[in-house]
Amino acid sequence: MNVIRYAILVGGGILMLTPFFWLVSSSFKTPATIYVFPPQWIPDPFRWQNYVEVFDAVPVLRASWNTVYITLFASIGVILSSAMAAYGFARLRFRGRDLTFSLLLSTVMLPYVVTMIPIFIMFSRLGWVDSFKPLIVPHWFGGPITIFMLRQFFRTIPLELEAAARIDGASRPRIFAQVIIPLARPALVVTSILALVFNWNGFLEPLIYLRKTKLYTLALLVNSLREFESGLDWTHYMMVVSTIMVVPVLILYFLAQRAFIEGIVLTGLKG
Amino acid sequence: MASISTTPAAQPRLKIWQRLSFEETVFGWLFILPAVLGLILFQLGPVLVSMGLSFTEYDIINRPTWNGLENYTRLFQDDLWIKSIQVTLKYVVIYVPAALIFAYLVALLMSGRIRGISAWRTMWYLPSIVPSVAAAAVWRWGLHPEFGPINFPLKVLGLPAPRWLADPDWIVPSIVFISLWSLGNSVLIFLASITGVPRSFYEAAEVDGAGIWRQFTTITLPLTSSIIFFQLIITVINSFQVFTSAFILFGSNAAGSVAGPGNAALFYMLYMYRNAFGYFRNGYASAMAWLLFLTVAILTFILFKTQNRWVYYEAGDDNE
Repeated sequence: MNVIRYAILVGGGILMLTPFFWLVSSSFKTPATIYVFPPQWIPDPFRWQNYVEVFDAVPVLRASWNTVYITLFASIGVILSSAMAAYGFARLRFRGRDLTFSLLLSTVMLPYVVTMIPIFIMFSRLGWVDSFKPLIVPHWFGGPITIFMLRQFFRTIPLELEAAARIDGASRPRIFAQVIIPLARPALVVTSILALVFNWNGFLEPLIYLRKTKLYTLALLVNSLREFESGLDWTHYMMVVSTIMVVPVLILYFLAQRAFIEGIVLTGLKG
Repeated sequence: MASISTTPAAQPRLKIWQRLSFEETVFGWLFILPAVLGLILFQLGPVLVSMGLSFTEYDIINRPTWNGLENYTRLFQDDLWIKSIQVTLKYVVIYVPAALIFAYLVALLMSGRIRGISAWRTMWYLPSIVPSVAAAAVWRWGLHPEFGPINFPLKVLGLPAPRWLADPDWIVPSIVFISLWSLGNSVLIFLASITGVPRSFYEAAEVDGAGIWRQFTTITLPLTSSIIFFQLIITVINSFQVFTSAFILFGSNAAGSVAGPGNAALFYMLYMYRNAFGYFRNGYASAMAWLLFLTVAILTFILFKTQNRWVYYEAGDDNE
């Protein structure tokens, strides 16, 4: 029984990882050796130059910087604004609180499709198309899942700590910044990881808002390297850029595996 | 489960002699203000605007002009729209059960007494961190009829090897396949919920002489049904909105282009994207969006209605 179980886990796991290895190995190939059978696991010729040449072919550096910029500011925004809201929902008592919270949470089930066009129209009216603002600004208005997760955590922080600060005359914003935030570090790490990965991998929104090549994110660069876009066979460069895109997330995963997994699990607990 | 506990500490309860303080109300609203603005500006507002737009013709440059139900009547005569519904429904019908069963089975395999759990978890989870643009690119090779690793064993064993992305009938199953590859999130969520079932339940069942299958159907399945339900809802909502993999493999911004052989990859989102951002038919695309929204909302509602029959909630569980 257990033998079968391990066999499936190993076999399936290897199957799951095969395309992953192929991605990385293809980034060191020539276009001619990518679609061959049997696949070359260790490319021959081994073209490490791909990683140099790609910088001349397409603006990789620029796209990396753009992606970092968007990811960073969007993630900071969503964590800050969500933490604020989560504190209000978790710790302060006021009329309309619970109703607002359930309304907010129910938007998790609202398909992005239905809000996409009006939001685009709004931003294009503001002249924000071909700028990073549409990809950053909305995140400064909180994210329902992040708010939910942080609220759950804030509620576990002992009330006595807050009461003590109140007696010392601390204001609410001060309690939030100096009592709650430092205590909530594990939850903030978890939600930050989710936000970073989400923004880093985003595709549809950059596709809609960023048309100029110099504004491309890495995801858009991969898209532009498809043969029917560029007219050339740039599959190997596509794999190079994809690899460049995967590696930081991979590093993040191995650095913070626990927090990473915890975050994913928490998004799945009730809505 | 995890070190972050989701059990709430004693909530500040309102006592009769305690009134809502003015100070708390002001700060309360101030703290949630950005989120409330976001709710109005980026969720509720756009939903309403989207409905309004669906009764207009609007190319963004000129003012929107009212055209009543014309967008809707035109949709029902639009062969491509009907094609996009067929493609998307085919995907939903295959993907939703496949994804839930597959993820749950993998999670079951990983649960219980097992060595090297973090290695297994990593192996099965890693594909999920691959950006969907890259995943689609990789699977163009993976599903290649001649050079791909999927068809090779099939051919060796003399089994019929489909032409996957080159065969109109197999395009949707191919996209399902690609989505299943990055199913790690659901696996982790199911794994956590299965591991969360108290051991004592199984011990008690063993004393009563219940076998593995009975333990599964009477303990594991009911106790994880609320998570299955939640995953079902999310999977349904998301599967109607497949976009990236289809776009990378078959999409093009060129007018009049075909999404795969015979438009077999014309997913609903792809067609809507083309209408809105290719042809600037924002009214038409909004009508599409609203119909999809209604469909998904009705489906979700029906699923919620069925939950009493099969979803088990522990008594005293605070359901928020």
